[in-house]
Amino acid sequence: MSTTTSTTGTPAADAAGRSRGKAPAGERVADWADGRLGIYSLAKANMRKIFPDHWSFMLGEVCLYSFLIIILTGVYLTLFFHPSMNEVEYHGSYVPLQGQLMSEAYKSTLDISFDVRGGLLIRQIHHWAALVFLAGMFVHMMRVFFTGAFRKPREINWLFGFLLFVLGMFTGFTGYSLPDDLLSGTGIRFMEGAILSVPIVGTYLSFFLFGGEFPGDDFVARFFSIHVLLLPGIMLGLVVAHLILVFYHKHTQFAGPGKTNKNVVGMPLLPVYMAKAGGFFFLVFGVLAAISAIATINPIWALGPYRPDMVSTGAQPDWYMGFSEGLIRVMPGWEINFWGHTLVLGVFIPLLIFPLVLVAIAVYPFIESWVTGDKREHHILDRPRNAPTRTAFGVAWITLYFVLLVGGGNDIWATHFHLSINAITWFVRVAFFVAPVVAFIVTKRICLGLQRRDKDKVLHGRESGIIKRLPHGEFIEVHEPLSQEQLHTLTAHEQYKPVEIGPTVDENGVERKVKATEKLRAKLSKGYYGEDAQIPKPTVEEYKEITSGHGHH
Amino acid sequence: MSSQDIPEENLPAEQGTAHGAVRVADEKNPFADPGLPPHEHRIQDIDERAAKRSERTVALLFTLSMLATVAFIASYVTIPVDRSVYIFPLGHLSALNFALGMTLGVALFAIGAGAVHWARTLMSDQELADERHPIEAPSEVRAKVMDDFRQGAKESALGRRKLIRNTMFGALALFPLSGVVLLRDLGPLPGTKLRHTLWSKGKLLVNMNTNEPMRPSDIIVGSLTFAKPEGLEEHDHEFQTEIAKAALMLVRIQPDDIKDKRQLEWSHEGIVAYSKICTHVGCPISLYEQQTHHALCPCHQSTFDLADGARVIFGPAGHALPQLRIGVNDEGYLEALGDFDEPVGPAFWERG
Repeated sequence: MSTTTSTTGTPAADAAGRSRGKAPAGERVADWADGRLGIYSLAKANMRKIFPDHWSFMLGEVCLYSFLIIILTGVYLTLFFHPSMNEVEYHGSYVPLQGQLMSEAYKSTLDISFDVRGGLLIRQIHHWAALVFLAGMFVHMMRVFFTGAFRKPREINWLFGFLLFVLGMFTGFTGYSLPDDLLSGTGIRFMEGAILSVPIVGTYLSFFLFGGEFPGDDFVARFFSIHVLLLPGIMLGLVVAHLILVFYHKHTQFAGPGKTNKNVVGMPLLPVYMAKAGGFFFLVFGVLAAISAIATINPIWALGPYRPDMVSTGAQPDWYMGFSEGLIRVMPGWEINFWGHTLVLGVFIPLLIFPLVLVAIAVYPFIESWVTGDKREHHILDRPRNAPTRTAFGVAWITLYFVLLVGGGNDIWATHFHLSINAITWFVRVAFFVAPVVAFIVTKRICLGLQRRDKDKVLHGRESGIIKRLPHGEFIEVHEPLSQEQLHTLTAHEQYKPVEIGPTVDENGVERKVKATEKLRAKLSKGYYGEDAQIPKPTVEEYKEITSGHGHH
Repeated sequence: MSSQDIPEENLPAEQGTAHGAVRVADEKNPFADPGLPPHEHRIQDIDERAAKRSERTVALLFTLSMLATVAFIASYVTIPVDRSVYIFPLGHLSALNFALGMTLGVALFAIGAGAVHWARTLMSDQELADERHPIEAPSEVRAKVMDDFRQGAKESALGRRKLIRNTMFGALALFPLSGVVLLRDLGPLPGTKLRHTLWSKGKLLVNMNTNEPMRPSDIIVGSLTFAKPEGLEEHDHEFQTEIAKAALMLVRIQPDDIKDKRQLEWSHEGIVAYSKICTHVGCPISLYEQQTHHALCPCHQSTFDLADGARVIFGPAGHALPQLRIGVNDEGYLEALGDFDEPVGPAFWERG
């Protein structure tokens, strides 16, 4: 064997081979691959790539792994699921539904749940993983938002992530619509009603989507190809692009000793993150499997097959669709009839607000970079308190989202907390406008308070909790000075100055026209970074004066 | 060397500034970056016994995973698919689902826990720093790319030969139309389909549950009865699509209680027939409160007053439920006196 390799190899490899003996098999495979794929150049930059450590950086991993788990389990489910709306009579092993008419889609879902061994488990892992995937993306997005990780150069990756979130919502919706059970059919009916509300083209869109009148016999097959091929295909591409950009940009890090905007401090990919991240995949998968062993999700057998004239009470979409449900539930039923046409504002306005709520958070990075006018790269994360306006905006957005979730579950709130459903609906209608504003103001106040506390801590040290009695009877609390590491960490953030409009006359003394956008920008900038919007961070002079003047107290 | 020996250089006394020794602050700038803090050793770094313990823990977890996989296969083979088992405090569960899920869960979780424990306790935890480089290309690279592009663009003559450019854009803009046209056969045009249901003059009202035609005496005060048009059977190919429009609900109200004049005219002995399909987004209305004559859609809580022309009294629905005019035929059975005079279900642009 070794003689064959040495005689066919290049002279150089020959010489090396003779002097060192046969290279290990792994190395030879790697050499072979490098000759064809150039893997060594890739590995040089990435094998010992440094990743910083913080618990919040694992949220994105949860999303990635649940996405992989969804694909794995989803492929398994396609082996047994029949995406067909042909009516069949049920004669499977679930006794209560014997003899019922149902679509093949529903029947095959019953078969997966009751006749395929392990089918129920995989179905439940698939559904639980989808919920975790969406929740993970939501929380990951909030982490990125509140720490300002979306700033240059990561704005495009923020948009990729946002698209993944939106596509994830629709992949989830099309997925839980496939079993054609009573609950999912109700969701589809809701969607059809919403499409019908679109002016001019709504009826046509509905007829094209359903192949005629609702429900027809086409939508399960059509949703199936959207759910297993179109949307996941796009998402897989986006996930890959998202990860490539994470590698390319290198991960952000929090401020701290030795951490600058020009370096990245942490552990190498090989071996630490290979083991930690690889292991984390198994942790996520294991937890999802255990949840699916004990917690039933979407028991379609209890709901029965879809019938357009039947419904169950307490019909709810999966959680990530809940805020759109809230919009549709609390909107007053406005309808305008004119010239033989109907403008169904009661449904169409929620249908418009639904994407607007999402877009509001998606475009935020671009608004902030326009307000700051900052063109530099940012790799050091902000603590949320140090960006009060951004944090306040984010909390206001989350508040709106959760108010709408309450609206989407108004019947559940009413029955579980013995409240009037009318009162809840009215509460949501008012809170939709008021709660985000209140949340904004309160959050900003809290952020400023925390900034003041940081400033106190830097200047006067940490409260030690020790009370000391002086000889003349006075009690004082002992403050411990911070170490230089702590001082640095608490003062490392930058504070912007508000943007000025600039001179209104040019160098020739001619009055210049100030554009409205300039004025708006100056106003916003003042709101962001003006006197009331941030607490000036302590300066070295202040620190020296306090610490040297009269010692620590 | 026995496992109890600790290498000299790893003894705490040899660690110099490590172990939380307070660093002297930079006199000039106490806020300046002091640089990476010194590495602190873990117990496993200095005590081989602790390291061995970690190794055993990791190996134990990996072994546990193997055992769990064996248990998974054993469960798959031995537990019947229809066996139910009581597990406190979860209640009755499918035995197979529980066994497969738990064993798979343990098999996977143990691998993960082992790998993470290995990484945390035995792999180096020395923090390293990598340099970042600006994402932006240096200006000479930028200049080169711009030059190349200009050269390429010039050689293509795209800017100079406008005829080529314009026709190319035209062709590229037009060809996707084929794709749009191909979507035309996704469905038929709406026409007036949303305006008509199966109801017509003389069609008997058939009880949804008993599948029998009904006499007025079958409808008692306070009950909610669902009906379909005669001739529509569950096995019919078009059943789902037809019932989605034709579903009907019947209630009997004391004629004196009926406030709406037309409603009274279209009713029979206080029996009123309304479309069951909510005018909001089309859920079937299924809840009826007999004292107030209110019908509630369980999906979005639109509430209709069935004693007052089924007008909307709460919720997001935009207009009243369409009423079906009913009477009694020669044999005493309830029948429709025509189709609904307006489209049932959610509103749409052409509804008017």
